[in-house]
Amino acid sequence: MAGIAIDGVVRRFGQVTALKGVSLDVAAGEFVALVGPSGCGKTTLMRIVAGIETLDSGAIHIGGREVTRRRPAERDVAMVFQSYALYPHLTARQNIAVPLAMRRLSGWQRMPLLGRFLPGTRQRQRAIAEDVERAGTALGLGALLDRRPGQLSGGQRQRVALARAIVRQPAAFLMDEPLSNLDAALRVHTRREIVDIHRRAGAATLYVTHDQAEALTMANRVAVMQAGEILQVASPEAIYADPQDLRVATFIGSPRINTLPAEADAAGIVQVAGQQQRLRARPGPLTLALRPEDLSLASGGLPAVAEAVEFLGESVLLHARHEASAEPLVLRLPPEAARPRPGEAVHLAYHPARALLFGADGRRLAATPMEALALV
Amino acid sequence: MSDAALPRAATSRAPVGEALAGLMLTLPAGIAYLVLLLLPTLAAVTLAFTDYELGMPALNWIGLDNFREMLSDRGFAIALRNTVIYVGTVTPLSIGLGLGAALLIEAGTRGRAFFRAVFFLPVVSLTVAMAAAWQYLLHPTIGPLNALLRQVGVTDPPFWLSSSDTVLLSLAAIGVWESLGYNMVLFLAGLSAIPRELYAAAEVDGARSAFDRFRLVTWPLLGPTTLFVVTITLIRSVRVFDTVAVLTQGGPNKASEVLLYTMYREGFTYLRLGYSAAITLVFLAIVLALVWLQTKAMDRKIHYG
Repeated sequence: MAGIAIDGVVRRFGQVTALKGVSLDVAAGEFVALVGPSGCGKTTLMRIVAGIETLDSGAIHIGGREVTRRRPAERDVAMVFQSYALYPHLTARQNIAVPLAMRRLSGWQRMPLLGRFLPGTRQRQRAIAEDVERAGTALGLGALLDRRPGQLSGGQRQRVALARAIVRQPAAFLMDEPLSNLDAALRVHTRREIVDIHRRAGAATLYVTHDQAEALTMANRVAVMQAGEILQVASPEAIYADPQDLRVATFIGSPRINTLPAEADAAGIVQVAGQQQRLRARPGPLTLALRPEDLSLASGGLPAVAEAVEFLGESVLLHARHEASAEPLVLRLPPEAARPRPGEAVHLAYHPARALLFGADGRRLAATPMEALALV
Repeated sequence: MSDAALPRAATSRAPVGEALAGLMLTLPAGIAYLVLLLLPTLAAVTLAFTDYELGMPALNWIGLDNFREMLSDRGFAIALRNTVIYVGTVTPLSIGLGLGAALLIEAGTRGRAFFRAVFFLPVVSLTVAMAAAWQYLLHPTIGPLNALLRQVGVTDPPFWLSSSDTVLLSLAAIGVWESLGYNMVLFLAGLSAIPRELYAAAEVDGARSAFDRFRLVTWPLLGPTTLFVVTITLIRSVRVFDTVAVLTQGGPNKASEVLLYTMYREGFTYLRLGYSAAITLVFLAIVLALVWLQTKAMDRKIHYG
């Protein structure tokens, strides 16, 4: 399989183990987003794939070749850095040409003045210029190609960095939070562009971000990483609706998923603060997790006290406090729904099939919804 | 330069009181500049056109005679030539070696502080005191350098400071030793300002060898530092004086006569202050020309805006 294969990568920094045996595959043509909070090791992992960071154990394959001990230049990858890492003394055109010049011209041919007179230099330089022009046009850089990075805006620099990555057809693209320095409007726009570039280039793409919206909207698959481990790799839909770990459930989704400490009694019936729920699970302590949109106001259900209402336009968020929960529960209500006043007692209902149960170790538990009739 | 016009327009509209306050605030610095820099320079310029000697009751205007004398003065010609050779040796060597030392220290993992201190030591030590050590090191008969040369089989090693063939070379070596550390520290500062990310990008872009990365990232990004180092080193080496005064007094046979030493001798030994001031003017012109060249180059290329 071409693409990127990361196999059991371990990286320690002194006493700290930054990566605890991470494995992840990115198939050729696939777009995988690596998402996690800052400091979880996602950038370290990407730098190890690029070869600019060393690993303690594990293996990296790119395009079907083992490259674990190879130099970055021999790995056939292109990388977009968070800071863009453009060469400030070169124009956009020269920046984009660097990966080509480094590979197609010999050291002598790259020499100033002298190189021009060596055989073959001229033809190769013409070919490079054409490829650069093509990459620049693909990203709408046209008139900006002769400016230096210092004369370009953040968004334009971003495009130059992208053009420098796509100008060569590498086996894999690595992108390290490429959108984090752009303003919100430009970010949404560039999101689409990167997906388009990926579709056209068709190379395996590993995309590091801390922004779950980027991960969910852009990727074929999302890998959620935390504290040096990949918790779950799945399609964006599955990551959201079917998280296998409480940490995945709480990291993905905004507002955050609601969690309530609960317990399954000897009969397996789930109880929240002594109140029976229409759910069965393995007996023992557990966490009941509910997305804000899966909760609704009803005449019966979890008793809570309304605290605050936030109007978001397309929906309304209601914050309500339940005695068992440290944080207020958040409900997403349609904007036309009746809004309780702060301090008012409410009841929150949910469909048992939508409930997610997690064991004391944070792993997902099987939940069996009970018929409404079975409720005593 | 359009943004320079703005504050000027603003001051013209400012009330008179504010302008006065501004003047008052700049006055101390202005006075210091006038008394310490401008007036002495003007005095030197005036003296250069007189035949004033210390103790004379009045100034005697002689026009360009001092400069005319300079043209035919063999001592001055030798001093100028020696200064050019000295500068031409010390500048490239101390910059090249300083950059090399900085790159090695930057790339190293151990003993960075130690090597930095070792190379910087000559800068903080007193040249006059260190000159004594050099005199011993380079002594033709008892010096360790020649002892070493004799050990490896050189039958008659050079006399270094006491031979007119090698004296300038020896002084230049001391000059390199003196300014290498200073240049190294400047280069180290320049190197630490280069974003690490650029080296990572260069590696990914296919710059395999250290030389490729040096050419793609280090050298261009050091541009402003290098320009500054070149200017500073040029000016520092044109000013060579203390090693000459302590070790050779311009000898043997004027072989180590340099510009500032000639000026010093004319002014303070022969007390011909007029002629000495004229030499100072020539020296000043050289330094100003160097500074002018630097600003020209600065405007042209090294600015990555």
